[in-house]
Amino acid sequence: MLNTLTLTEVLGKLKRKEISHAELFADLQKSYAQNEKLNIFLTMNDKLAEDSEAATTKALMGVPLAIKDNFCTTGLRTTASSTVLDTFIPQYDSTVTRRLKEAGAAIQGKTNMDAWAHGSSTETSQYGRTLNPRNPEHLPGGSSGGSAAAVAADMAIAAIGSETAGSIRQPSAWCGTVGLKPTYGRVSRYGVVSMASSTDSPGPITKTVEDAALLLNHIAGHDPYDGTSSTNPVDDYTQALGQSIEGLKIGVIYMDIPGLAEVKSLFEPQLKVFEELGAHVEYAQAMDPNHAIGVYTVVQRSEVSSNLARYDGVRYGNDRSHFGDEAKRRIMLGTYTLSKGYADKYYLLAQKVRTLFLQDFARLFQKYDILVSLTSPGFAKKIGASESSAMFGELEDMLVEPSSITGLPGINVPCYHDPKTNLYLGMNIMAPMWHESEMISVADAFEKHTSWNSWRNAEKQ
Amino acid sequence: MTEYQLVCGMEVHAELKTATKMFCGCKNDPFHAPKPNIYTCPVCLGMPGGLPVANRTAIEWTIKLGVALGCKINLFSHFDRKNYFYPDLPKGYQISQYDQPFCYDGKLETEFGPVRIRRIHLEEDTAKLLHKTIDGKKVSLIDFNRSSVPLIEIVTEPDIISPEHAKAYGKTLRQILRFMDIADCDMEQGGMRLEANVSIRPVGEKELPVYKVELKNINSFRFLEKAVAYEMERQARELNEGKTPIQETRGWNDDKGETFTQRVKEDAEDYRYFPDPDLPPLRFTEEQINEWCAELPELPAVRKDRWMADYHIDAKYADVLLDERETADWADQLFAAAAQKQLKVNALANAIVNKKIAVKVGDNADTVLTAFTALHQTDSVDENELLQIIEAVIAENADAVAQYKAGKTQIFGFFMGQVQRRLGKKVDMQVVKNAIERKLQ
Repeated sequence: MLNTLTLTEVLGKLKRKEISHAELFADLQKSYAQNEKLNIFLTMNDKLAEDSEAATTKALMGVPLAIKDNFCTTGLRTTASSTVLDTFIPQYDSTVTRRLKEAGAAIQGKTNMDAWAHGSSTETSQYGRTLNPRNPEHLPGGSSGGSAAAVAADMAIAAIGSETAGSIRQPSAWCGTVGLKPTYGRVSRYGVVSMASSTDSPGPITKTVEDAALLLNHIAGHDPYDGTSSTNPVDDYTQALGQSIEGLKIGVIYMDIPGLAEVKSLFEPQLKVFEELGAHVEYAQAMDPNHAIGVYTVVQRSEVSSNLARYDGVRYGNDRSHFGDEAKRRIMLGTYTLSKGYADKYYLLAQKVRTLFLQDFARLFQKYDILVSLTSPGFAKKIGASESSAMFGELEDMLVEPSSITGLPGINVPCYHDPKTNLYLGMNIMAPMWHESEMISVADAFEKHTSWNSWRNAEKQ
Repeated sequence: MTEYQLVCGMEVHAELKTATKMFCGCKNDPFHAPKPNIYTCPVCLGMPGGLPVANRTAIEWTIKLGVALGCKINLFSHFDRKNYFYPDLPKGYQISQYDQPFCYDGKLETEFGPVRIRRIHLEEDTAKLLHKTIDGKKVSLIDFNRSSVPLIEIVTEPDIISPEHAKAYGKTLRQILRFMDIADCDMEQGGMRLEANVSIRPVGEKELPVYKVELKNINSFRFLEKAVAYEMERQARELNEGKTPIQETRGWNDDKGETFTQRVKEDAEDYRYFPDPDLPPLRFTEEQINEWCAELPELPAVRKDRWMADYHIDAKYADVLLDERETADWADQLFAAAAQKQLKVNALANAIVNKKIAVKVGDNADTVLTAFTALHQTDSVDENELLQIIEAVIAENADAVAQYKAGKTQIFGFFMGQVQRRLGKKVDMQVVKNAIERKLQ
């Protein structure tokens, strides 16, 4: 089944003419039967074959990619999983999808997500929840749950997601995929339906670290259409693959958070591989991530209340009555935290605490090259779990929120598999800003020297 | 009856004439667009995913204006979002500046006194709403050509003391913007918009009044002057009746010659300002600002002083010639050429302003100076003939001479007229004047 190949494998086999595009599409087509149950794709590109055909001579050879539904795609419906945009067909491409198309990727379809990317379960989607392909009684996480699930279900060769605080890494952890959140400003936000502008970061969700590095190569870099995108030079991230991590100093953080007991004992033994590879591993004390929840909640809600103001009913067909409960809750809270007299108390205070997190990471990175932690405090939760908790996402994302609000890059790699439930734990590997390469080297080394990646170790799992 | 004095500050908006819009690459030319909604893109249409990128030139121009108005410049500044709903505002917020405007604490001198500038900030204009009836249906149309055009707002302290002062402030400001070539200030089209915050207080009172009336949507300086004058009277009437004028926005109806209520604000609106996370904060250096301001043109007030000092130009002629940059630059060239030829520069200014010679802005200096010299071509005058005529006039008008000697110097013109008529030809009047003066002493 060619749909189970990684992006790197597909490109190699196409190049060597061991497989054809038609064969690949035929196998992908068969995998779509799962969509009825898993609810992963919201919209398929019915011109995929045509688009792919036109791109075969380019680097990505017309290989289809699944795109989260908050990236504007010319001529292809983009809803951000909210019925407010039920009939919105963009006239323009996000910079990420434009660059991918220019590099020869074809858009396969648009994946389900939490509506407006508000959530960590994909349960807030107004088009129904997505189920975790590893175990459909469980959630895929979110907000890029559809993209992670598409990869995990082998319905996509690779996918693009976006993270504001955990939205790439957490669903990757729950679905047993690789998810790379670049440094804020490394990948352009232009054309991505804005959620929290100061932390939104598009990135790849893939089967392997090398696939993530490859896709990052095509989407990273300065964009004149995004004032917050960086002009810092971009590495060739594939050069970071297969590198020795000998001598690297790795700090392990967030191990003393209450509630980790269940998974801590499963996670800790995984750190040994770093030592075996010659790195120095040490437990380190970081600022309490609980504070990041407060900061993120205030900053994100404030920005959301402003970013969603444009869906005022004047355009896009559907009016504000189409906002779901989660969006309404966030708009109300954000409006409150920006109100006169409260902005100082909440929004500006949150920004100050954010600065404290920046300082704390600066301190840690003086001592360590890389920081690692669990990505999520536990395995994928059961379906329906988010419905009774308005703060569901924040609690599930607690361990990645500090690095999100400070703009750091991070990557999730599977680091444990429970054969009973078929569910995964994820390791969050973080680096200083603009140091994606080091992070990729560590993630790649971990992936290659452990057996948790289901594509590299299909026979074992 | 209590005597009142005006307490008035102004807020003036002007669209900058940059080539492109404030936060996107669309053409900035809303008034000459052949069709609505042609200068648009995902950014100025507020489409999902559209992101603003700040126009450097607009920022540079705003800071240059600040320097020209003697403002201090914030070396650290940023843009903020001003959140409110209106159909002409596609994002649901306007990108503006709140607590860190580019410029603050400046001053503008006018003929009626100085006006302190509180702040100058840069923001984006809104789209334009057109209310029409199409096929019998009332509709509101939106033209986004103007959406996100760079707009500066210049806010003064409440230093304006009279309606004339308000008008002079507005005109002087417009003159500066035009001299700097950063704004066209087309008042009719809304390229420059005037707002005056008007209240009055008893003369001698130092506290600011507890209310203020916003005069808005006024599209000429003359209307501004009239509206402020009208408001002073209206508010005085109310105060004299023991009432406090209500806090509201009023417009000007020129047909009726009165202001009228547009909107009564119940509460102060909460715009939920916060720094726009899409636009990184801006840092400037003194060197950068100096570099930009090296190109600052000589401003009208400075040029007026120079003309008066170097060429002895009358202030009233200077004011007329300084109204437009193009005219002023042309006049400057003419003055230099005239001075070089040792012609009377003020007489030249007079001849141009009072249209004594048929020339137009842009005519080359030689043409103008030839016309000017022709105007003052004089026949030579025989000294003896002149003296004889003067003596005759004096002899025949003993009464007038007596009056003149008694101090009624206005009568001098009468002697000039008499002598000139008898001479019957065009002569240098200065010579005639000097000769009469000598004889009368």
